[in-house]
Amino acid sequence: MSEITNTSTTQMMPASNSLASPATVLQIFLEFLLIGATSFGGGVVAYLRNGLITKRGWLDDKSFVELLSISQSLPGLNSTNMAILVGDRLRGLSGAIAGIVGMCLPGGLLMFAVGMVYREHGDHPLATAALKGVAAAAVGLILATAAQLGKKSLEHRADLVFVIVTILGVNRLHFSVLTVLLAVGIVATIWYRPRPAGIEQKQSVTP
Amino acid sequence: MKELPAVFRVFAYLSLLTVGGGMAAFPEMKILTVEVHHWLTFPQLVHLYSVGQMAPGPNMMMIVSIGEWAAGILGAIVAVIAFFGPTSLLTLLVGRLWNRLAKWPWRKSIQDGLAPVSIGLLLAGCFTFARGAVINVDTAAIAVATLLILLKYKINPALLVLAAAIIGVLSF
Repeated sequence: MSEITNTSTTQMMPASNSLASPATVLQIFLEFLLIGATSFGGGVVAYLRNGLITKRGWLDDKSFVELLSISQSLPGLNSTNMAILVGDRLRGLSGAIAGIVGMCLPGGLLMFAVGMVYREHGDHPLATAALKGVAAAAVGLILATAAQLGKKSLEHRADLVFVIVTILGVNRLHFSVLTVLLAVGIVATIWYRPRPAGIEQKQSVTP
Repeated sequence: MKELPAVFRVFAYLSLLTVGGGMAAFPEMKILTVEVHHWLTFPQLVHLYSVGQMAPGPNMMMIVSIGEWAAGILGAIVAVIAFFGPTSLLTLLVGRLWNRLAKWPWRKSIQDGLAPVSIGLLLAGCFTFARGAVINVDTAAIAVATLLILLKYKINPALLVLAAAIIGVLSF
């Protein structure tokens, strides 16, 4: 595991931005608003990378991957967690708020309207027929996402057991998602507990 | 209006379950919004969720629709605040502490442990969802075709979902 060293952020403070010119809160809001309005078809991460690194130069690749790994290991959606983390790095709390509000606003307004239209006309035969197709395609989309994630993040044979136990716990035994998340999460974390083999890890245990 | 506290409680709770993505919370979302609070039916939930996949931005903005159905425009706002507030605060704090956590040996263990659990929850959510979405041979064929195309080709999923809507209308 590569040790992440960041000279500018040893304290509990948002990192000051050493890249490019500093972003204003308005710029952060507008960039996330644009990403939130154009990232059709999921895969928001790709849009974020393009907007934040390639276009704006607000982050380098290494920080982006680091922030993404924080986003993925916490509850919350990757896209909104990224908005919080990037906004905070650039402009502290107000940057974080600007980021997440911009990110959620377009899709939120759209789904507000869609919800109202669907309530009025959702039982129209044409709408029902179209939605049947859409829902079926969504199943394929979710399975494809799971396959891609699995290929990337499952490295050990034990992972397969944890995946299956999680599915059975929710779908067959009907435990609450929270129960399964905590139970399997804790067992799996202990399974992958820090091994004393690494000298680097030993050192970091000492206070 | 009297549903507002329930909207807040439900979506704040659901947000804590979204480890590795919104789909992880789907089984619980079905129980709470459909069976406990009767804000909508299961087919409606499946439809709103799938339409939400086509919308830009975070793929769970369909919570806005559910909040609006349950308690009007205030319900929509409360749903968003409840769903994104607590997890955002947690992310903000952990993000600021991350450099210290980087040296904490259990951090890697937690990340390694959560990886298979989040994929398991994604699949569990998917299977719950599929019970409402894959209802006959036609819909099964669309689901399988979408999966295979996405695994084989780099194509925007929104286009496939749109194509599936057209197929749905034509086969009607």
